[in-house]
Amino acid sequence: MITQAESKKKPLLKVNNLKQHFPIKGGIFGRTVNHVKAVDDISFTIYEGETLSIVGESGCGKSTTGRAILRLDEPTSGSVFFEGQDLLAMSKSQMRNMRKHLQVIFQDPFASLNPRQSVSQILGEALAIQNIVPAGKRRERIIELLGYVGLRPDQIDRFPHEFSGGQRQRIGIARALAMQPKLIICDEAVSALDVSIQAQVLNLLKSLQRQFKLTYLFISHDLGVVRHISDRVMVMYLGKVVEIADKKSLFDNPQHPYTQALLSAIPVPDASKKQERIILRGDVPSPINPPTGCRFHTRCPHAMDRCKTEIPALTSLHDTHQVACHLVQ
Amino acid sequence: MFVYIIRRLLQMIPVLLGVILVVFLIMQMVPGDPAVLLAGEGASAETIAKIRTQLGLDQPIMVQYLHYVTDVATGDLGTSLRSNLPVFDEIMARLPATIELALASIFVTIVLGMIAGIISATKQYSWADITIMIIALLGVSLPSFWLGLSLIYYFSVKLHLFPVAGWGTWQHMILPAITLGTGGAAIVARMTRSSMLDVVRQDYIRTAKAKGLKETVIIYKHALKNALIPIITVVGLQFGFLLGGTVLVESVFAINGLGRLIVDAIRMRDLPVVQGGVLIASVIFVFVNLLVDVLYRYFNKRIDLS
Amino acid sequence: MPKQQDVILEVRNLQTHFFTEDGVSKAVDGVDFSLNKGETLGLVGESGCGKSITSLSILRLIASPPGKIVGGEILFKGQNLVTKSEAEMRAIRGNEISMIFQEPMTSLNPVYTVGEQIAEVLRLHQNMGRKEAWDKAVDMLRLVGIPSPEKRATQEPHELSGGMRQRVMIAMALACRPEILIADEPTTALDVTIQAQILELMKKLQVEMGMSTIMITHDLGVVAETCDRVAVMYAGKVVEYTTAKNLFASPKHPYTVGLMNSLPRLDEDVEELQAIKGNVPSPFNMPQGCRFAPRCPHATQLCHDKLPELLLQEDDSKVRCWIYTPEWDGANQTVTGTGV
Repeated sequence: MITQAESKKKPLLKVNNLKQHFPIKGGIFGRTVNHVKAVDDISFTIYEGETLSIVGESGCGKSTTGRAILRLDEPTSGSVFFEGQDLLAMSKSQMRNMRKHLQVIFQDPFASLNPRQSVSQILGEALAIQNIVPAGKRRERIIELLGYVGLRPDQIDRFPHEFSGGQRQRIGIARALAMQPKLIICDEAVSALDVSIQAQVLNLLKSLQRQFKLTYLFISHDLGVVRHISDRVMVMYLGKVVEIADKKSLFDNPQHPYTQALLSAIPVPDASKKQERIILRGDVPSPINPPTGCRFHTRCPHAMDRCKTEIPALTSLHDTHQVACHLVQ
Repeated sequence: MFVYIIRRLLQMIPVLLGVILVVFLIMQMVPGDPAVLLAGEGASAETIAKIRTQLGLDQPIMVQYLHYVTDVATGDLGTSLRSNLPVFDEIMARLPATIELALASIFVTIVLGMIAGIISATKQYSWADITIMIIALLGVSLPSFWLGLSLIYYFSVKLHLFPVAGWGTWQHMILPAITLGTGGAAIVARMTRSSMLDVVRQDYIRTAKAKGLKETVIIYKHALKNALIPIITVVGLQFGFLLGGTVLVESVFAINGLGRLIVDAIRMRDLPVVQGGVLIASVIFVFVNLLVDVLYRYFNKRIDLS
Repeated sequence: MPKQQDVILEVRNLQTHFFTEDGVSKAVDGVDFSLNKGETLGLVGESGCGKSITSLSILRLIASPPGKIVGGEILFKGQNLVTKSEAEMRAIRGNEISMIFQEPMTSLNPVYTVGEQIAEVLRLHQNMGRKEAWDKAVDMLRLVGIPSPEKRATQEPHELSGGMRQRVMIAMALACRPEILIADEPTTALDVTIQAQILELMKKLQVEMGMSTIMITHDLGVVAETCDRVAVMYAGKVVEYTTAKNLFASPKHPYTVGLMNSLPRLDEDVEELQAIKGNVPSPFNMPQGCRFAPRCPHATQLCHDKLPELLLQEDDSKVRCWIYTPEWDGANQTVTGTGV
């Protein structure tokens, strides 16, 4: 699967055949009657120093994928190799040790910050876990971290509620940075912010990436944001990867009918550009009993008989573009 | 829903077995030998041994338990030591009064509590709200025997509005029902208030306003049905306290109910009656809980999905 | 600007304040705009700019206390809604002016069927009987593109997807054929492919029913897609008021320009977004001059001292900014026209 161009880059995280099925209990005895197939057999690689984005609509499995990598939920099966070590095969304590390399920033910074802890306590805790900086130097280090994310040293003893949404997200980023991670998973990290603040945080994430050679897995439903921040983009639909490509190729030349519809559905902020729109019929089907064959066939404008029975494999279109569609073979 | 009820009924079997076990253990733990008690003072060792064999008390404890379970399952709760009548019949003679009292009290709890709670919620921070909440606080803190005695003193002895004691007519019911229901009403009032306040902040209430509906329609049609869910839970819990409370209230008002039967039986060391009474009360409580859960599900169908 | 007889709703100097323990929040503080028959007017801005409070004020749905309309007029077909009695307002709500909201998941009552909820508004305003209202409700569900409407009408909201629920909200809002539909972020909570469906539906129904729409949104894409004219709001005031075409072709107010530069675009690549620095001012403590001055890259002492008026420009747009006034100091000429 690894192509010429990709093999030059060094893989940081390799996800193979990852499945995350959540059981549904029911019946008289509360047996497991079915599963929500939130993520169903996906494989992808993140290379060092890049930003890979996962896009898709609610229920496509993008956030579940992020959580499964971090083992916030235990995946059903598959493997996740981080620098050659399988995270899913690790014991709980080994995994705790690995966590400092893999940090996460969530959508709602307020919910993920303890309201009773001041900024210095929040960041101090992270430094204590990481335990590289000696206790005496930690306050200095915290001030340094605040500087990286654009907060002032005098804000060090304030509490989360004294900050605006954008500033809280900066605290979340500083906390992640404190661990000196290699990979940061940003799960809808800017989705709750107003555009003017969102732009500030996006710029910050980009400059930190350059400064600290960070790798991002960026999970978002906002294609504009994704286009801005990503090197490569992976599109998911109902627990499956439908397309992975470098940013330019994906946005300029989307191959999968779902990607095409998704891109055309976004209103462009320019009243003079009236684009042709592909409007998909109906809703996303339930991940409990997903459609057979290609999961998109129930809404696809190009669906053929074959799509109803045969699951399309992810195949390479060229070096950096893979798509799972029977039309593109 | 049907599957759910079946499942709940099946789940009740171990609960009931547990209840029987606890009640059975009461018998074991009480000091004194039932055979000695039954034989009467000055009975010969021979008689006592005979009685013991009759009662099966010489068998291992597990066997005794199994016997007891089988007896209970066939409706045989033993014989009262005092009256020599079957305990089951004794209880059935007293149960109607207790159930009437419980129902009347829960009616007071629900009606009084919800009306007060709704008024409080719709007029938040008004004088009415503050007054109701102070009364509710008092209502929770008042001991029921004190309230009962006070009610008897003012309404029966001084004003002659209601009979002092006894059971039979609706006039008899009012004071005991108020005595027993007030504590619950206070709790229901507070729950109704907070639940209603929570519901009126919901988006669908704003939608109802944007439709042009009247305040009263919004409160009683759109808000109340949603607010009921936590209220039902509280009412269900109250029913448990209420069953316990009947013991006191029946004593204060001299009502021949189950509670008083049990109290008298304890005093007379009539253990089979105590055992049977506690068992029946527990079974009622378990069934009321089931009823509450079914209602809860009915009003909150969204739970069915998860 | 449009002729007077075309105007169906005119908001003049609307002020809605909230009186709280922390002080007075001037959420809406002097808002002016007008809505013409058949057009879609966009109210655009970020959270806290007062756009939603403005729309709730029009229907007088502000919770009081703590909220209160303390000044201004809302003229609906010439009649001032601010001074109307509660009963008169009830006759207008859901009947002549309807509203749909951001959260379709929570905006429908979970314990009644969607059919009942639509029929309710018809029985209230159109004096229909149960049967007639139910049939009309089913018709409305069909109109908004819900498949097998007879069956759907008997379902409760939790049985419907988010997109379906927003269709139900639209059916309910349009059941009495209102003259104005206020749509408060109607697609924000929906996925993009569903958003596209809903916007398409709203555009179609607006033409069919000939109503006017106020579209409240933070999404400039949705504005470009749906609006004829736009009022950009910042910190409780309208800062720019113009046609959608003008807004995108030549944004004038530095805030509008900042907003556009902040937006990561699907059709353009930039290395770094030009973010607006700082944060929105607290509604409890507004700057005394131009409210955008603390964040504005062009602000001068004049901007910090004195609030500019919303003034008409040569291209018929209105802007609240000193740059576009004769008072603007010649020394600040680095800024001209669209190149802000």
